[in-house]
Formats: sequence, C-alpha cells, structure tokens
Amino acid sequence: MSGESIYQPSNGFTKWMDDRLPIMRLGYDSFIVYPTPRNLNYWWTFGAILTFALAVQIVTGIVLAMHYTPHANMAFDSVEHIMRDVNYGWLIRYVHANGASMFFLAVYIHMFRSLYYGSYKAPREVLWILGVLIYLLMMASAFMGYVLPWGQMSFWGATVITNLFGAIPLIGDPLREWLWGGFAIDNPTLNRFFSLHYLVPFLIVGVVALHIWALHVTGQNNPTGIEVKDDQDTVRFTPYATIKDVFGLSLFLLLFGYFVFFNPNALGHADNYIEANPMVTPVHIVPEWYLLPFYAILRAITFDIGPIDSKLGGVIAMFASIAILFVLPWLDTSKVRSARFRPLFRQFFWIFVAVCLGLGYLGGQPAEGGYVIAAQILTAYYFAHFLIILPVLGLVEKTKPLPESIAQSVLSGGGGSSEAAASPETRG
Amino acid sequence: MATTDTDEPTRRDFLYVATGAFAAIGVAGAVWPLIDQMNPDASTLALSSIETDISDVEVGQSVTVKWRGKPVFIRHRTAKEIAEAEAVDVSTLRDPQTDEERVIKKEWLIQIGICTHLGCVPKGQKVGDDKGDYNGWFCPCHGSHYDSAGRIRKGPAPLNLILPEYTFLTDEKIKIG
Amino acid sequence: MTTQMNETESRPCIFTRACSVVPFLGAVAIIVLGTMFLTMGGAKAAVSAKELKERDWSFEAPFGTFDRSALRRGYKVYSEVCAACHAMDLMRFRNLAQPGGPEFTEDEVKTIAADYTIEDGPDDYGDMFERPRIPADAFPAPFANENAARASNGGALPPDLSVIIKARAGEENYIYSLLTGYEDAPDGFDVPPGMSYNAYFYGRLLAMANPLSDEIVDYEDGTPMTVDQYAKDVTTFLTWASEPTREARHRLGFQVMIFLTVFAGLMYFTMRKVWADAH
Repeated sequence: MSGESIYQPSNGFTKWMDDRLPIMRLGYDSFIVYPTPRNLNYWWTFGAILTFALAVQIVTGIVLAMHYTPHANMAFDSVEHIMRDVNYGWLIRYVHANGASMFFLAVYIHMFRSLYYGSYKAPREVLWILGVLIYLLMMASAFMGYVLPWGQMSFWGATVITNLFGAIPLIGDPLREWLWGGFAIDNPTLNRFFSLHYLVPFLIVGVVALHIWALHVTGQNNPTGIEVKDDQDTVRFTPYATIKDVFGLSLFLLLFGYFVFFNPNALGHADNYIEANPMVTPVHIVPEWYLLPFYAILRAITFDIGPIDSKLGGVIAMFASIAILFVLPWLDTSKVRSARFRPLFRQFFWIFVAVCLGLGYLGGQPAEGGYVIAAQILTAYYFAHFLIILPVLGLVEKTKPLPESIAQSVLSGGGGSSEAAASPETRG
Repeated sequence: MATTDTDEPTRRDFLYVATGAFAAIGVAGAVWPLIDQMNPDASTLALSSIETDISDVEVGQSVTVKWRGKPVFIRHRTAKEIAEAEAVDVSTLRDPQTDEERVIKKEWLIQIGICTHLGCVPKGQKVGDDKGDYNGWFCPCHGSHYDSAGRIRKGPAPLNLILPEYTFLTDEKIKIG
Repeated sequence: MTTQMNETESRPCIFTRACSVVPFLGAVAIIVLGTMFLTMGGAKAAVSAKELKERDWSFEAPFGTFDRSALRRGYKVYSEVCAACHAMDLMRFRNLAQPGGPEFTEDEVKTIAADYTIEDGPDDYGDMFERPRIPADAFPAPFANENAARASNGGALPPDLSVIIKARAGEENYIYSLLTGYEDAPDGFDVPPGMSYNAYFYGRLLAMANPLSDEIVDYEDGTPMTVDQYAKDVTTFLTWASEPTREARHRLGFQVMIFLTVFAGLMYFTMRKVWADAH
C-alpha cells in the first residue's frame, strides 16, 4: 500500500513544513487517501473503536490519578472520595472501570474477527503478533489497575496472581517477594502497581503505532480474504472508512453508556467495595470477566504431569494458552484466509468461540466436581484447536472457489458483509 | 449512482452540517467533565466558609485563622489605632480607601494576611513583631509597610491587604467566606 | 430494512452494507449478553442461602429517584439504631443536604451535626478539645477502632455501612431481606449463644441480633412504625449513601443515551449518503 505519495501541500506553510517534517504528508497518506478494501464490514470498525477505547482509558486514567492516593491506608477512601466529592468524579471513574471491560469486549471481537477471516496469515504475521502483544499488555495493565481501588477482590486477586510466580522452580519464592516488595501484598506492591499501571498504557500506545504501521504496509485483510488487486477494489480511508468507523463507534458508545449510567457495577464484583483485609479471604475469588477463560485453564490442571506439579502445570497451561497465539500464523496451514470459503473451518470456528465462552463460564464457577472436569475437557479442546484442528484442516479441507477480485465479489452481490453473523437473507 | 443525491443538495448539506454539529456538541459535552474535575471538589467547598469565635481576643490582640488555605488576620484594634487610621488623608494613598470602607465594626479589622506584592505573609500579628513604619503590618520579603487599617503606605505592594467576605453572626462570632 | 433493500436493487452494495448493521448488532448483542450471563452467574451464586425478597424500589428503574421522606426516615433509623454499632466513615453531614439525597436544609444539617461532638485541636496551649460537629465533619463512629468494636460485639466486627449496598451481591434486596429475615432456627439447627439465625446470611448464623422491632423508632409523619417499613426506609437510605450521585447518574445517563441515539441515527444517514458516491 506504500505507493507514491500524492500529497500536495496547499499553501506556503504546509510546503515549508513538508520540506522539514512531512507529518502532514504522513497523516494524509495514512488516514485520508489510504486505500481500504471496499467490502469491509462492521467487524472492521473495531480497530477504530479500540483506538478510541485506549484514548478514553488514558485520558480518564490521568484524571483519576489527580485525585487517587496510592497508599494502602488511603487508596480505598480516595476512590470513594472521587465517587462522592470530585466534580463528575463518579462519571470519570465509572467510565474508566467499565471502559476496561469495553476495551476487552472490543479486543475480543477484533481478535475473533481476525481468526474468522484469517487476518493473521501471511503477509500479516507481524501485524498479528503485535496485536497479541497489545493484548498481553492490556491484561497486565487491567490486572494492576484492578488492584488500585484496594478492595477485597483487588487484594486477593493480586495475591492469587502473584502467587502464580511462586510456582516457578528455584526462583519462585524470591521472585514473588521481589514483586511484592515484602512478604505479602502490601503498600509497596500497591505503589509499584500504580506506577506500572500508569506506564503500561503508554507502552500500548507505542505497540499500537507499530501495529498500525504494519497494517499500512500489508494493507487490510477483508471479508473475502483475497488481496486487493487494483483501484476498483478500494475506497479512500476518508471519508468512507472513517465515517463507518464513527457510526460503529456511536453504536458501541450506546452499549458503553448503558453500563456506565445504568449498570455501572454489573461487570465488577461486590467484594471490591469492601476494603482490603489481609486477614480475611472472600468466599469466592474470581477475576474480572475478561480473564475468566484463562482462570479456568489455570485451575483445570489439577494433576501432576511427570515432574511438574499441578500448580506449576496450571501456570504453564495458562501462559501457553496465550503464547500459542504468537505462533498461530504458522499453525494454520490453509492457503485460503477467509472462513467464508472454508466450510469446515467455519464450523470449527464457532465451536471454538463456544469453547472460549464455556471456559469463561467455568472460570466464574467454584473449582469443584463437574466444573473441573468440564474445564479440563474445554482446555484440551482449546489447545487441540490450535495444535491439531488448524494444521490438519488446512490439509484436508476442500475450500470453495475464491472470487476473481474484491470488486467482483461486491458487484455479484455475494459481498454482503453479514457473513460473520450468518444471515443469508441480508445478502441483497 | 451518485446522481440520485445530486438533485437534492440542500438536504444532503443539511445532514452533514447537522451531523457535524452534533459531533461537536458531543465532544464539548465529553470534555467538560474532564475540565470541571479540576475545580475545587465538594469536600474543599464544604470548608470554604468557617465560623470563628472572637470573644477571647482582647483589645490590642490579634489572632490568625486559616481560611481556604490562607492566613486571615483578625485584629481587635485599640482606640489609638482606629484614630490613626481615620486621620489619614485618603488622597495621599496608593490604593485610596477610607477606614470605614475596610471594616464592618470599627474595632475589628479582618483581612487576608497575604502581602499584595508577591504573596508573603506580613509581620505584625504577634507582640514584638516589626509592625512597620505605620503601626500596622510589615512584609519582610520586599519591605512593604501597611498601616493600622491594612492599607499599603510604603514599599512595592500595589494594593491594600485584601478583605475577605465575612459577617458577624453574633457579637462574638464571625463567619468568614 | 429488508423492504428498503428490495426496492433498491440497483444499489445493492450500499444497501447490503447499510443493512448488514442489523445482523451485526444481533451478533454483538448475543456476545455481550452471553458473556454477561456466563460470567455473572458465578458471581451471583454465593449471595445467600435463600432467595432474596424483592421490592419495587423507586430508585431502581433507569430513571428512578429516591423518595425524600423515606431517605429522611431512613437516616433516623440509621442514627437511632444502626449507628450504635455501625460506622459510616465516608459520610459527611453535608451530604445530607446535597441534591439527590434526603435534602435536609443547610440549617437542619447544622443542627443535626451539632448534636455530636468531635475532638479537635491542638489549641493554643497544645491541648485537644471537644467541639460540636459542623456539616463538613464525618458521621461519628461508635467505636474508636476495630479492636474496641470487636471487644464490644463478642469478637465480631460490625462492618462500616458507607458503601454496604455496593459491597453485597444482591444489593438493596439483600440488606432488606437480611433486616426482615430473622426467624427461629429450624429444629435441629444449633444456634450458639451470641448468634442469631437468619436464612439470608451466608452460613445462616450472624452475630448481629435482630436490630429492628415495631415502634423502636418514632416516625412523626404518620408512616407505619413497623419492622418492614423501617427496613425499607433504612435500605433506601443506605442505597443512597452507597452512591450519593445515583440520581445525577440516571439523569445524565438519560441525556447521554438520547444524544447518542440521535447521533447514531444521523451518522447512519450520513454514512449512507457518503457511501452512495463510492462507485
């Protein structure tokens, strides 16, 4: 997509600027005339929605930091001070807290969109890997942010997660104490989490810049999964894609607004409104909803595997479930990208979605009896999807014929962008 | 295909303008909370007025109370100080103000204890302090002299000591702010 | 949507694109609701042993507001009954006057606050002294510290009630159910001395004896002085106290949602106009 730039400075100043720092040329080429496939559907608006969500988290986060006190004795009250006394403090905090959930909701849709349409395949492997990196950083940031209100769930969630590191042989214990800055989660831990929680979003911004850069090198994938051939296949980014993104965003904001204004604590946990107490563990510790699938995988390993005890096994399984995403581009052997032309893969894709939701459900249940067995089965399937199903499918699946070009697929009417929702009646 | 729209340019322009205006309103509405959050919050505003009992302050004594993070000088003036303050020819002052304009009750002079030059706290509240050349207050930072009505008489300060809003709730109790 | 599409076959591309928003929204709704259902099922599971009683709370609906007189009565119940053991550290007397709450007048709040004293100081001689509370002061705490509270309550700690509604799954219905849920233990259920049986409490045994009884608090406005009414009023008060900005949230939320709906509509038509040129 990095063809010749057609930017023409329109006046003296922009010409002067263009010879010194061609930033307007960059903006013009990247966000105005940048060619986007004309058949992108609404699932492609989530990139813009995520950018917006990141900006919202950073802006509201900076504001909250002006009023928050990162001290074990004062953190809880300072959050309530924000809720009660600061002008619009309740709004800003609810936007930030629910914004995290909305951010993850959007990133999951973005990722599953990529899985469905094969956006991670060559030549977009680096784009995908950067995305997974962003996702990892998001999890780190969200986890540390959840500790800051210093409620019971903050404290015990932090305890459980940091104890995972204790499972590492030899260095586990000293590593844990190093993370804590003491012999348990306490004020030093809170302070460093606050510092890092403030830092990580800016790292995310950096990786997002790389992610967008990589995107602009390879160009966007599209629902057909075939490459752009000529101008017929594309439209300018502005106004076509931008306006669609803003429309998608406005719908997303309606959902966001519903949670912020009418159900602000639904995605949180009541125990986090009880101030942290190192002497009492809540009856039922659960992470935030967006981490539940991994929590289920962590707890599914209840047996020793050779020399690896179950605790370490769980930790390895959990990290592996994320790490496996990094090598996904090489596990999927199919030459065809889009699930639209892969009838078998499409079915396995929806099974995989169901498995992930199932793991999320199990992550919220007590680790006992049938729940554990179910989590073990789903965990096995999760890994099998990547390690067995995807490699084998690429070899045995008989794919449907691909259209000549994007333009042709659009004009033939088969370009209805509702594929993901499987609603054939809307394909005009 | 675009032709279907070109015959109704006004409707189309109106739509664009309306959408743009709505977006602008939305952005402005979203930005306001982010600005307003830096204004004094409810807990600060709750302390924006204080009530002080002045029954213990004898004639010739001063007390300093803290109000909105600043010192407020409360002076129970002597008859001599009042007479001195009233005797001054207002037209000779840098910031002309009569003594009556600066007090509610003659014997009580209540003012913010911050030099109007660069914000130091003047001397003169304690017995033994340097009261300056005019038997009032003296700012040691840059040598501003205030008289017994808190008016600037000598030195770099441009204005008299600022008067806070206050009311006498009773003879012995004042509300500042 | 579908009829529109059929009428305009000449422009399939635009209208498929436009209409594709419907299945898209459907899919998003399924994902969101599915996720919420799946994740919250677990969180809500451990609320209490018995299904909570529910009432029609005036503040619950999306545009709900508090009943001012219920809030005032609720404050009376709190201050005369609950406050004997439970602190509300986050509450200031000034909160009682703020919009969206009981909305006592400034003078009423001054009088209420002045009934309590607080240690202030040091004075000019370095001594601490007692003074009446002012609206900016916190509600008084019944115990000096946690140990004192435990010592006076048989080892149990009466929780702070400032955010109690947000801090309990089941929220207002839980507190209401708990307050009205005291009963004799079933046969064979052993209730140790100092404990009370309440089916709504986790584990069914709690150290708080039944705090309410009929006519324990005097209502001057003719409202029935029953346990049920007391529980309802104090629950209303505690719900407000847990989030004093609740009414402001509902009001602003209503405005924002209207705005966003109109904006989304405008964006939709603008998008269609713009995309009409894309050929």
